[in-house]
Amino acid sequence: MTTTAEKPPATEVGVLGWLKKNLFSTWYDALLTIGSLAFIYWVLRGVIEWALVKATFSTEPGICKKARAAAAAAGETAGACWSVVITNIKVFMIGRYPGEEVWRIWASLGIVAVLAALTWWVWRAEAMREKRRWVVIGWLLSFPVITILLRGFSEESRVLPLVPTDLWSGLLLTFVLAIVGIVASFPLGVLLALGRRSTLPALKVFCTMYIELIRGVPLISVLFMSQLLLPIFLPPQMRLGTVLRALVGMTLFSAAYSAENVRGGLAAIPIGQYEAAKAVGLNDVLMMALIILPQAIQKVIPAIVGQFISLFKDTSLVVIIGLLDLLGVAKAVTGQTEYIGLQKEVYLFAALIYFICSYAMSYSSRRLEVAMGVGER
Amino acid sequence: MERKYFLGLVTVLVVAALLAACGPKATPCPECPPCPEAGECPTPEPCPKCPEVPAAAAAGERLDIIKERGKIICGVNAELPGFGYLNPQGEFEGFDVDFCKALAAAVFGDPNAVEYRPLTAAERLPALQTGEIDVLIRNTTWTLTRDAENDLNWAAVNFYDGQGMMVRKDSGFKTLEDMEGATICVTTGTTTEMNLADTFRALGIDYTPLLFEKTQDTSAAYEEGRCDGQTSDKSQLAALRSAMANPEDHVILDVTMSKEPLGPLTAHGADEWNDVVRWVVWGMIQAEESGVTSENVDEMLKSEDPTIQRLLGVSGEMGTSLGIPDDFMVQVLKAVGNYGEVYERWLGPDGLDIPRGPNELWTNGGLMYPMAFR
Repeated sequence: MTTTAEKPPATEVGVLGWLKKNLFSTWYDALLTIGSLAFIYWVLRGVIEWALVKATFSTEPGICKKARAAAAAAGETAGACWSVVITNIKVFMIGRYPGEEVWRIWASLGIVAVLAALTWWVWRAEAMREKRRWVVIGWLLSFPVITILLRGFSEESRVLPLVPTDLWSGLLLTFVLAIVGIVASFPLGVLLALGRRSTLPALKVFCTMYIELIRGVPLISVLFMSQLLLPIFLPPQMRLGTVLRALVGMTLFSAAYSAENVRGGLAAIPIGQYEAAKAVGLNDVLMMALIILPQAIQKVIPAIVGQFISLFKDTSLVVIIGLLDLLGVAKAVTGQTEYIGLQKEVYLFAALIYFICSYAMSYSSRRLEVAMGVGER
Repeated sequence: MERKYFLGLVTVLVVAALLAACGPKATPCPECPPCPEAGECPTPEPCPKCPEVPAAAAAGERLDIIKERGKIICGVNAELPGFGYLNPQGEFEGFDVDFCKALAAAVFGDPNAVEYRPLTAAERLPALQTGEIDVLIRNTTWTLTRDAENDLNWAAVNFYDGQGMMVRKDSGFKTLEDMEGATICVTTGTTTEMNLADTFRALGIDYTPLLFEKTQDTSAAYEEGRCDGQTSDKSQLAALRSAMANPEDHVILDVTMSKEPLGPLTAHGADEWNDVVRWVVWGMIQAEESGVTSENVDEMLKSEDPTIQRLLGVSGEMGTSLGIPDDFMVQVLKAVGNYGEVYERWLGPDGLDIPRGPNELWTNGGLMYPMAFR
């Protein structure tokens, strides 16, 4: 006897099923859903009308002024004019980076994409365990390779002409600041955390003082000091680029916070782990590297990622020292005669990019936590 | 296996951290006098310790430093409509930026030999004092306190800004005297409010001020028609007008209620370089006065007029005495044009549309008076 499985009714599966189950299961649920939707629409109506319904997307020159004049003639408020974002998309992304060298940014992105794909592929299969070290080495090598690719050798070089760091701007600069800040500050933070827990008094005092001093001042003052005081201390012939100076400031600042996060992880390791490590004959360095740090860092991944996200957003503070990061170019393009007064559009666009990047980071951190089993032990 | 490469990773990180901690190596101080040779000196003294060279003192040879470097480091504003901003190609442009290009053309014959340093208002003067930048061309008002207290020298004035008055075209106002009994929108807590009161009292005109905290609000209130006029610096009025629904309905009156002379400035001790900056600015004004433009400069090389001959380096050695090539003004004119052309490009009717007013040549009743080119 054959039983033909009947398809479930359309109202029980798929979108409709989900809607019925979650939003309209009872009459008061339905009422609440409709009420909430109406409320959301009522609150957001102005924004939606401004950003989408009445907005201008054409890039024809002078269209923004025309749209504004038309709205004024009709007695309405004008909608957004997104042509400022569309026309300047290159400026938002790479700022002043020379146009003919853009391939180098694509190549860098390509390297990162290939490495990311490899990582995903190798880590998924248990059989590939042996290959993991090559991927780690690849990531480490990608750092100098991409730096050279972006910066080039010298002005005369025909292969990779120099692109001085003062031309690095836009989202590119935001990423450079964030990534270098994160990558360089983390090992420094680990060392500081170990130093603070050290039994050597000089080391301990130095690390504690450093951490407390840096955590006691705002990032903006560290950035100002790196811009204004560093050149005074250095001989006049030696000019550090402004980007490099900002990087030094951000790294030193972020390292102090990383150190405290890592110290929190170290404090959570039971003393038995130390004793066991000693008992099997490991010296102090091996004990830290093999037993203590892996467990300590695993415990504080959420805190560290949270700190990295905030570092990513803090990069926008470099606007105050005149660097043209994403926010800096957003301000700079509103100086264009054609787009004067379109601050709302460019800031909203910048906010959207910041949100996408921060959300991507927090999403991957959640995946990392699951993969490493944080909180399961 | 896992353990092995974790150890490797830790080692690499530690090495990287150590490398980062090493920092930049000190470069030898070139000003250090050579040690007397042992044979000559009866008591060979140890090499005297290099004196700490403050950046301002090193700027004595600023022009030489610039020539050696091969480009000019120019401090600019990155977000001021008409004066300095990024265009869609990601390049700086604007009125002030053209003066950076002019300087580069004068010294190197190449308007692109400039490194732009976008600066905020807070760090612009320190950047000059520390020798970060060669010249600051960033709408900086020439005032006594700034000049005296900051180890700076203004080179010239390239734009006479000042408080202006914007009115609706159809209002029929032509001068401030027409504005008897008018309502005027002004941002509170600024010198603008004070200047307005002083000017109108001096003229004996009654008016009603309408005060706002923020410039944007002031402008919005004016646009809504709550005031007959709006007052602020002219360059700002022009930018605010560009953001209005119908910019062509508004006009900036040709009156100036305050002094805001803006110009390029250099650090103390960079006197030769300061001379170059001021004579390039004055050369551009002189070129307009003599009718030399970017288009006719090649024909003008054959001119009989002695002033033009000296200006373009056909006769005399004007450039050489400044320490730059004699044909520097030819390069400047080919790169950006004369003062009038630069003004027209950014602040003329196709740009911000600011009436020239005091920025007219002295021969046309303005203040632009180049010193004698001889």
